[in-house]
Amino acid sequence: MAEPRGDGADSVGLPQLDFGTFPSQIFWLIVALVALYYIMSRVALPRIALAIEARHDAIEDDLDRAAEYKRRALEAERAYEKALAEAKREADAIAQKARQAIQKDVDAAIAKADAEIAARSAEAEARIKEIRATALESVEAIATETAEALVAALAPGPSSDAVRGAVSARVAAQQTGV
Amino acid sequence: MAQSEDGGLHIDPMSQFLVKPLFGGEMGLFTITNATLWMALAVGASSLLLIGAVKQRALVPGRAQSVAELLYGFVRQLVVDITGEEGLKYFPYIFTLFVFILFSNLLGMLPYSFAVTSHIAVTGVLALMVFVTVTAIGFIKHGAHFLGFFWPKDAPGPLRPVLMVIELISYFVRPISHSIRLGANMLAGHAVLKVFAGFVGALGVFGVVPLAAMVGLTAFEFLVAVIQAYVFAILTCVYLNDALHMH
Repeated sequence: MAEPRGDGADSVGLPQLDFGTFPSQIFWLIVALVALYYIMSRVALPRIALAIEARHDAIEDDLDRAAEYKRRALEAERAYEKALAEAKREADAIAQKARQAIQKDVDAAIAKADAEIAARSAEAEARIKEIRATALESVEAIATETAEALVAALAPGPSSDAVRGAVSARVAAQQTGV
Repeated sequence: MAQSEDGGLHIDPMSQFLVKPLFGGEMGLFTITNATLWMALAVGASSLLLIGAVKQRALVPGRAQSVAELLYGFVRQLVVDITGEEGLKYFPYIFTLFVFILFSNLLGMLPYSFAVTSHIAVTGVLALMVFVTVTAIGFIKHGAHFLGFFWPKDAPGPLRPVLMVIELISYFVRPISHSIRLGANMLAGHAVLKVFAGFVGALGVFGVVPLAAMVGLTAFEFLVAVIQAYVFAILTCVYLNDALHMH
C-alpha cells in the first residue's frame, strides 16, 4: 500500500497510541454501533426470531397433526378389530346353525336309509329263506326221483314208498350235517 | 509493505495499524479514515448477512439463513445461560457488540484490510460502554444496595475493608482488562503475521518455512478472531449478571 503521508514511518511507537486519531475513531465507532444496534434490534433480530418461531410452530403443528393421525389410526384399528371379532362371531353362529341343519338332514337321511336297508335286507332274507325252502324241496324231489329210478333199474321190487322214506331220512341227515 | 526498497530486512509490522484519512486533510473528529471504512464494512456485512439471509424466512433454512439463525441462537443461549431470562432485555445490545466485534475481527483477516478491533481506542470504548451500562443497570435495579456488591458480608470482620478495596480495584480494572484482552490479541496476531510475511520475502527459497508457519498462524488467527468476540460477549454477560443478581 502506498504511503501518501510519511508520518507512519517517522512516528515512533504504536499507531494505537496516536491520540490524534482517537476522536475520529471513537466518533465513528459510536456512529457504527448505534447504526448497527438499530439495524439489529429493529430489523434483523425480530426477523430471525420470526423465522425461528415460524419453524417452531410449523414443527409443533406437524407433530400435533401426526399425533392426531396416529390417534385416528389407532381408533380405526380398534374399530376394525371389533368389526372383525363381530364378523367372526357371526360367522361362527351361522356355521353352527348350518352345521346343525345339515346334521338334522343327515340324521334324517341316515335314518331313512337305515330303515330302507332294514326293509330290504328283511325282504332279501325272506326271499333267501323262500328260495332255500324251495331248493330243499326240489332237492328232495330230485333225490327221490333219482333214487326211485336207480332202485327200479338195479333191483325192481321195493315200493316207491320205502325209497321215498329212505331219501327223506337221508336228506334230513344231510341237512343237519351241513 | 514489509520489504523496503533497498532490499535489506526491513520489517514494519506496525504500519498496517496506521489510521489514515481516506480523502486527505487534517485528522479531526469527523474525518473519514480507513478505520471508518472498515467499521462501515463490518456494519454493512453483518446487516447484509443477518437481514438478507432471513428475507425469505424459509422453513428449511438455506446456508446463509442457517448461519444467521445459528448466530442468533448462540448469543441468545449465551445470555440466557449466564444471566437468566432477565438478561434477555439486553440481548440486542450484547448481540450488537458480539456481531460488530466478530465481523471486525474477521474482516481484519482480509489481506490489505484494517483491523478495527486492534485499536485500543475502539476496544476501550466498547469496554467502557459495557462498564457504564452495567454499573448503571446495577444502581437502577438495586439502588444504593448495589454498593453492597463491594462489601464482602461473608468474610471475617477485620478483613472486610481490605477485601472491599480489592473488590473495588477488581471492579474498576474490568474495563481495562476487557478492552486490552481484545485489542492486544488482535494487535499481536496481525503484527506476528506481518513479521513472518517479512521473513518470507527476505529468506528467498527458505521463505517456505515462514510461509508454512504463516498458513498455520492464519488459521490460528481466524480462531482467535472468533474466540475473542465470544470472550468479549461472555464477559459482558458475566458483568451484566453481577449487576442483575449481585452474585
